This record gives sequence, structure tokens and C-alpha cells, in this order.
Amino acid sequence: MNPFSFLTQMLRIAIPYLFAASGGVIAERAGIISLALEGFMLTGAFTATLGAFYSGSPWIGVLCGILGGLLFGMIHAVATIRYRADQVVVGIAINLLAVGVTRFFLKLAFASSSNSPRINGFPARLSAHGFDNPLLWMGLLVAPVLAFVLYRTRFGLRVRAVGEHPDAAESVGIPVAWVRYVAVALSGMLAGLGGVYLALDQHQFTDQMTAGRGFIAVAAVIFGRWDPIRAALACLLFAAAETLQIQLQGNHLLASQFVEMIPYVLTIVALAGVVGRAIPPAALGKTEH
Amino acid sequence: MTARLREQIEEALFPPVVALLVALICGDLLIMSYGQSPANVYRLLLEGTWGNAYGFGQVLYKATTLTFTGLAVSLGIRAGLFNVGAESQLAAGGFLAALTGLALSPAIPGVIAVPLCMIAAALGGGIVGAVPAFLRVRFGAHEVIVTIMLNFVVLALLNWIIANHLHVPETLHTPEIHAGAIPRLDRFIPAFHGSAANLTILIALLTAAAIWFLLFRTRRGYELRAVGLQPDAAEYGGVGVGGVWFRALTLSGAVAGLGGINYVLGYKHYYEDGFAGGSGFLGIAVALVGRNHPLGVVLAALFFATLSQGGLAIHAFVPKQMVEVLQGVVIIAVAMSVPEVRRALRQARRPASA
Repeated sequence: MNPFSFLTQMLRIAIPYLFAASGGVIAERAGIISLALEGFMLTGAFTATLGAFYSGSPWIGVLCGILGGLLFGMIHAVATIRYRADQVVVGIAINLLAVGVTRFFLKLAFASSSNSPRINGFPARLSAHGFDNPLLWMGLLVAPVLAFVLYRTRFGLRVRAVGEHPDAAESVGIPVAWVRYVAVALSGMLAGLGGVYLALDQHQFTDQMTAGRGFIAVAAVIFGRWDPIRAALACLLFAAAETLQIQLQGNHLLASQFVEMIPYVLTIVALAGVVGRAIPPAALGKTEH
Repeated sequence: MTARLREQIEEALFPPVVALLVALICGDLLIMSYGQSPANVYRLLLEGTWGNAYGFGQVLYKATTLTFTGLAVSLGIRAGLFNVGAESQLAAGGFLAALTGLALSPAIPGVIAVPLCMIAAALGGGIVGAVPAFLRVRFGAHEVIVTIMLNFVVLALLNWIIANHLHVPETLHTPEIHAGAIPRLDRFIPAFHGSAANLTILIALLTAAAIWFLLFRTRRGYELRAVGLQPDAAEYGGVGVGGVWFRALTLSGAVAGLGGINYVLGYKHYYEDGFAGGSGFLGIAVALVGRNHPLGVVLAALFFATLSQGGLAIHAFVPKQMVEVLQGVVIIAVAMSVPEVRRALRQARRPASA
């Protein structure tokens, strides 16, 4: 097995997780349960495809993908923050909605129920300057940047405050609802970028192309104990397991189904507290603060 | 009618009505984006579902599975637990029912084989439900995340068993079972010919009635609801919250698992990988719209079954994916209007009582 090809393949798999998990971390640190990452990613992938197809430019695709994620993030935010709807229910509904909306408009825009036409992406090959794909660099930088924002800026302090003690935050004048709106909007945009990467990397949109990656990101958020860097490491770990499985496919050492289970089993184990208990932000999921 | 009952009915009915109106408007927009007439498409949707016996039979078939998963989710919510695992519990139930059917000799009469397969189905779902129940009670692990994660684990495991050990070549389903078939409705009402509707629907209705009785007419049910409303107060009142949670989530899984017989015993007579096809997740919508009441769940199951069958009826004019959009819209609209309606009604009541 070539370690270099292992690394590049692992990164390709990890980038969507890194974007989505960062989105999950910021929403959950603000106290909003983030089960809609899958839906944000799928919407982002689809709107990116629309943008890239009609403009011919991947950069317009990136922009459209961010806006698609933002749109669904705002639906999530308005329902759970303004209307105090149950966050778990809304998250699951957004995932269903994203599947329906992307399928409906795939049919409307491209008269297909399976995939879009080919779109332009970024060059994915390795060149003299390293990777040419700007999304790859963004994906690698997003977790450190988020860690800086969460732990070293005033906005980050506010996010953590409204996720732990919203009442205390409100009493010192922090606009709780507003901070949460921003956090969920960022979460939609970041997860949307994860979807953008998928669509541009595969040069098309295919029906349900996110295929559960949003839930692997949810697993990474929890396994990483709601910390941006640890969640990113969890993403890399899950991606490494997948890469190993793909590269060892001929050997039949371990069936792919069991490799698929790894992130989920690890997350359950982490939640049960066998190795260092995963404790969520105190106000996570509370609709009345 | 007492004022209290009227308030309860208003609080239960307003959100679904609001959601239906919102969904109708969204549906209008989607239909018009396709250059069709909304009135025409809605008429086709109704004709293809409630307007002919075959379509209605398909609605009944789909509503049967959704009744089980909706009851399962609502049972959890009544105890204050969110079971997002109905999808894998349903699959595990269907799988064990098929295994039992395969193991039994075809000579065994249906009156014995069917109940055995039903017990196996409930057991399959119950085991998948007991895992998050145990982790919640013993370690405080949040059941929402555990049930979501367990969905992937269980479905991958079942996929591995079927793909590697149990499938008929070139397919992803088990061999056909010959013991424990549940008769289709067309045997009694010929007009249903060709539709998948079968007598499992009676079992679904009996299950709904049994859960109603358990919740509202027994001590255990009272304790379960008390724990769901205020676990701390219930604990103080002498109820063992952990035990109630464990039983509620396990029973919830068992009910979802029992739903597997609709497909395995009533329709195809084999287990097929992926047969659950989202019915478990839609169970969350059914419980929500049915306001966690067994009668409401049955009605909501009919509603969502009508939508999904209706999608096929309109497909020639508008893509059937429209109904998937509407399902999502209905869920979000109900979830948004429940707290809002509660607040509005409370405000409206206040001047009268003050």
C-alpha cells in the first residue's frame, strides 16, 4: 500500500466530514441540536451544481452551495429559535425535506431522477504547488479557524455562553436568540460547503449523494466531544478507516459493512462513557431558556 | 362537552390543520412551477388513493406499517424519550419474523406459525430498542443519538447477513417462507385485487387499542405518562424512572419491530434488504401529527400513506418527489405550530379565568 495514495484518498474522504462536523460543532455549542447536517450538505451539493452548471464556473458553484446551506440553515433556525419547535424533529424533517427538494428540482432543472449533467470542478490532481483544489485547503483550515473563533473571540465566548447558560448570558445582555441564529446559519453554510466539495469533486450531483455523510459528521461532533479540533481528528480517523477498507478491498479481511459501523459504534461507546464520557453543552436542545 | 376536553381537542387539532394549509400552499407553488393546475393534480391525487379500490388498498397497506412505527415513536415520547430508531427496529423485526418463518415447517398451521413469527418480530425490534434503553438508564447516554447511530449499525449488520449468508442468488432477499403467511384482503374483498393490503391492518388497529388501554387505563401507563411529563416529580412520587424508561423504550422497539410482519408475512413472504424504506423515520412524522394519541396516530398514518401513494398517482403530471417535499413541510409546520398554539390558547384562556 502506497502511503501517499493512502493520504490523498483519506483527505478526499475527510474533507466533507471536516466541513460538516465544524458546522455541527458551532450549532451545538450554541445549544441547538444539529441533526440536519445531512440535509444541509445535500442542499449545498445541489445548489452548487445548479450554480456551476449555469455559470460554468466552480466558484459560482461554491457561492451557490453556501447560499443553499444557508437557506436550509435559516429554516432550521427560524423553526427552532423563533418558534421553539423540537430540534430533533426539525432536524430530521430538514433531512427529509432536502431529499425531496433536491429530487424535485433535479427533475425540474435537468429532467432526470438520478443525476445532473457534468459540471466543472476544481483540478483535484496534485501539481507542483501541492493540491490545486481550494476547497481542500479550506477544509483543512476550517477546524483550526473555528477553534480560534470559539475560544479566542468575543463571538465564540458568546456562542459558548448561550450553549451552556442561556439565562446567565441573557442577564449580562447577550442577545441569545441572535447568537444562535448566527451559529445555525454558519452551521448550514459550513455543512453546505461539505456538499459543495462532493459535487465539484464528482463533477455532478447525484440523487442522495451525501449518503449518510452528515450523520458521520454528527458522530464526529459527539466523538470529538464538541471540540473543533477533536471533532476534526475524529473525521480524519473515520476517513482513515474507510480508506483502509477501500485499499484492502481485495483482501477480504473485514467486510465493508463492519467498517461502515466504526464511527457509529465508537460514538455509542463514547456516549456510554466507557472511555472518557462525552458530555454535551448544558443547554443543548432546551427550547425554553 | 366540558371546557377542558374542548381545550385539549383544540390544542391537538390546530397544529395539523395549520400544517395542512401550509402544505397545500407549498404544493400549489410546486405544481405551478411545473406548469400544471393545482386543482387538477390534487383531484388526481385523491382519485388515485381514495377513489379506487386498488389505490385505497395500497394506502391501507402503507398506513399499516406507519401505524406501527408511529405508535412506537409516540410511546417513547409519552415517556419523555425520543426513539429515532424505529427504522432499524422495523427492519430487525421483519428479519427475525422471516428467520422464524424459514425455520418453521410449512406443515405448521397458520394459527401457530403466525403468532410465533409475530413474537419473533416484536423480539427483534425489542432487542434493538433495549440497547439504547439500557445505555440511557445505566449510563445516561442520550437516546436520540444512540438510536440514530444504532440505525446505521443494525442496518449494516442485516445487510451483511443477507448479502453474505442468506440471499437468493442475484437478489438481496431471503428465500420465500412457507409458514406463517398472513392473508391479503383481496381474499375477502375481491375489489382489492393486486394491492398489498392484508390482515396485518387488524393487528395494527388492535395494537393501537392496546396501547391506548395501557396508557390511559392502567397504572403502568399512568406512571409512564407521569415520567414523560415530569421525571423528577414522578421519581419523588415513588415511580422508578429508570425502570419506566427501560420498559417504554424496549416496548417502543417491539411495536416498531412488529410492524415488520406487514411486509414479510402479509406482502412479500420474504425479508428484503432495505424494505423499511424510510417508514421508521416517517413514524416520527406520524407520531407528531397524530399528537402521540393512538387514534391520532392511526389517522396520521392514513394521511401520510395517502401522500406517498398519491405521489405515484400524479407522477405523470408532477414528479412524485413533490410529496416528499410536502411531508417535510408538514412535519416542520406542525413542529413549529405546536408550541405556538399552546401559548396562544393559554393566553386566550387567561382573561376568562382571572
